[in-house]
Amino acid sequence: MTVQQSAPVPGDLAVAPELPDVLKPRKPLTGFTGFLRKNPSITIGGFLLLIMFFIALFAPWLGTVDPTAISTARRTRVPSELYWFGTDMLGRDIYSRVMYGARVSLLVGFSVAILASVAGLIIGLFSGFVRWADGIIMRIIDGMMSIPPILLAIALMALTRGSVQNVIIAITIAEIPRVARLVRGVVLSLREQPYVDAAIAAGTRTPMIVFRHILPNTLAPMSVQATYICASAMIVEAILSFIGAGVPPATPSWGNIMAEGRALWQVRPHIILFPAIFLSLTVLAVNMLGDGLRDALDPRMAKRL
Amino acid sequence: MLAFIVRRIITTIPVMAFVALFVFSLLYIAPGDPAAVIAGDQASPADVERIRASLGLDRPYLVRFGEWFFRVLQGDLGTSIFTSLPVTQLIAQRIEPTLSLMVLTLILAVSIAVPLGVVAAWKAGTWVDRAVVGFAVLGFSVPVFVIGYLLAYTFALKLDWVPVQGYTPISQGLWPWFKNLILPAITLGTVYIALIARITRATMLDVLQQDYIRTARSKGVAQNSILFLHALKNAAVPIITIIGIGVALLIGGAVVTESVFAIPGLGRLTLDAILRRDYPVIQGVVLIFSFVYVLVNLAIDLIYTLVDPRIRY
Repeated sequence: MTVQQSAPVPGDLAVAPELPDVLKPRKPLTGFTGFLRKNPSITIGGFLLLIMFFIALFAPWLGTVDPTAISTARRTRVPSELYWFGTDMLGRDIYSRVMYGARVSLLVGFSVAILASVAGLIIGLFSGFVRWADGIIMRIIDGMMSIPPILLAIALMALTRGSVQNVIIAITIAEIPRVARLVRGVVLSLREQPYVDAAIAAGTRTPMIVFRHILPNTLAPMSVQATYICASAMIVEAILSFIGAGVPPATPSWGNIMAEGRALWQVRPHIILFPAIFLSLTVLAVNMLGDGLRDALDPRMAKRL
Repeated sequence: MLAFIVRRIITTIPVMAFVALFVFSLLYIAPGDPAAVIAGDQASPADVERIRASLGLDRPYLVRFGEWFFRVLQGDLGTSIFTSLPVTQLIAQRIEPTLSLMVLTLILAVSIAVPLGVVAAWKAGTWVDRAVVGFAVLGFSVPVFVIGYLLAYTFALKLDWVPVQGYTPISQGLWPWFKNLILPAITLGTVYIALIARITRATMLDVLQQDYIRTARSKGVAQNSILFLHALKNAAVPIITIIGIGVALLIGGAVVTESVFAIPGLGRLTLDAILRRDYPVIQGVVLIFSFVYVLVNLAIDLIYTLVDPRIRY
């Protein structure tokens, strides 16, 4: 702390001698870099995620070959200078497949996060505001939530052809109830707020109250929830592909590469190892981003969790 | 108390009925002809017709649901298309390994996670705390099969401490059963431990700031008994809640863990059913697992009243 010289003091009063600046004045952390330094979890997570985005976007130019090119002559090679991550049972280059695999994981993760958030938001707002519908909607949601999400996604995928689009739909359906419930809870507590009463008393129409006064306040908890959904969607996609109920086997996705390596894991563990590292890092990045976001948006929670 | 238990059980009935309706309807929500969906790509028109007849697709939807539901109530989950065996029989054959795995994981996870969370809250802000929080984030991020292969490779393949894969029934001795199941249990338990430890830590942090904890400390109660008797008891409700909710993770994870460790349980049954598009089996397994999940959470609700006398219904 700095000791600032105040206005002239009357002479007969004893004045404490001016203290030297033992502690350097601490610059408040402001601006973009300040935000990043205050929230290391967002910084690290965001940075890792940016790298993954870069890999997904520029996969064709990262020294990769066609990730679906089969060559029986070079099957199950161990990592070498030529094949950085080795080759799989069909002789496909694992490095290329891992790089292209970032596309599927990020696409699934972010699509599910956005779709489930939007759908859950609409259902939650509706349920929180329309009294007669609330009971019915919540019973349906209770029912859906008593089916473990991975199992629900598996059951849905067992019925449709494996494709990235179907995987996204299946995981979204499994995730919607959680968002809807969160939003409904927030809406119900906001409805009791005096400012909402005031708006009603002032004669504001319901749609206006929902969009002006309620919606903006649900966005902070929603965006935190969305990051967790994104992380869990990426894991579920990998699990679905790993057990053969996900994206088509030829598509390079991290889950598929690991599914390929399943039969050979005792002799060629690297087939599973490389996609596993990338998948774990990406999910870790999203989780860290979510934790950081939660702490930044709700400082009261930051101390607790 | 008895009235509450009865009332609570009655409220689970509509939930279970909805789950049944939902699981039954999945087949008809999916685009395309249900018979063709079940038959798969390689089926002949005769196969599709046979399945169509067995599903009774010519009759109204609600009638079909009613009949199916009535049979489920009688304990008949239908017949597997691939093996032509009753689904209940298939499930009964596979239930022991899955149940063993889940119970062992539950015991292991709770006995590791709760002390971990308590210590983290007690030593809040120190490296112990940070290690626990870090472990929790990591536990959420590494997929269950990755942990499985990592453990199997290190402890079974390289160190040769335990068998690599497979399952030994509990009837052949407790020790072989345990040796075969310990790695899968740790694998399955990691996310669960992360979840419980995190909630335990958060709740304990809250409780440790309460006045009565300070009182206990000032009158000289030993640290351990403050933590585990005074504080943990009052933090019990959220912790028990998350243990119940987390069972969903165990169920989902069991399917994957069983495939990594080649355990012939319900998870493997599900996987085989998916690959063969054996829909009655998938339906049966989803229904059974959901039923277990609802029952676990019902039990949790009843446990509340035991751990916290303030909760009265």
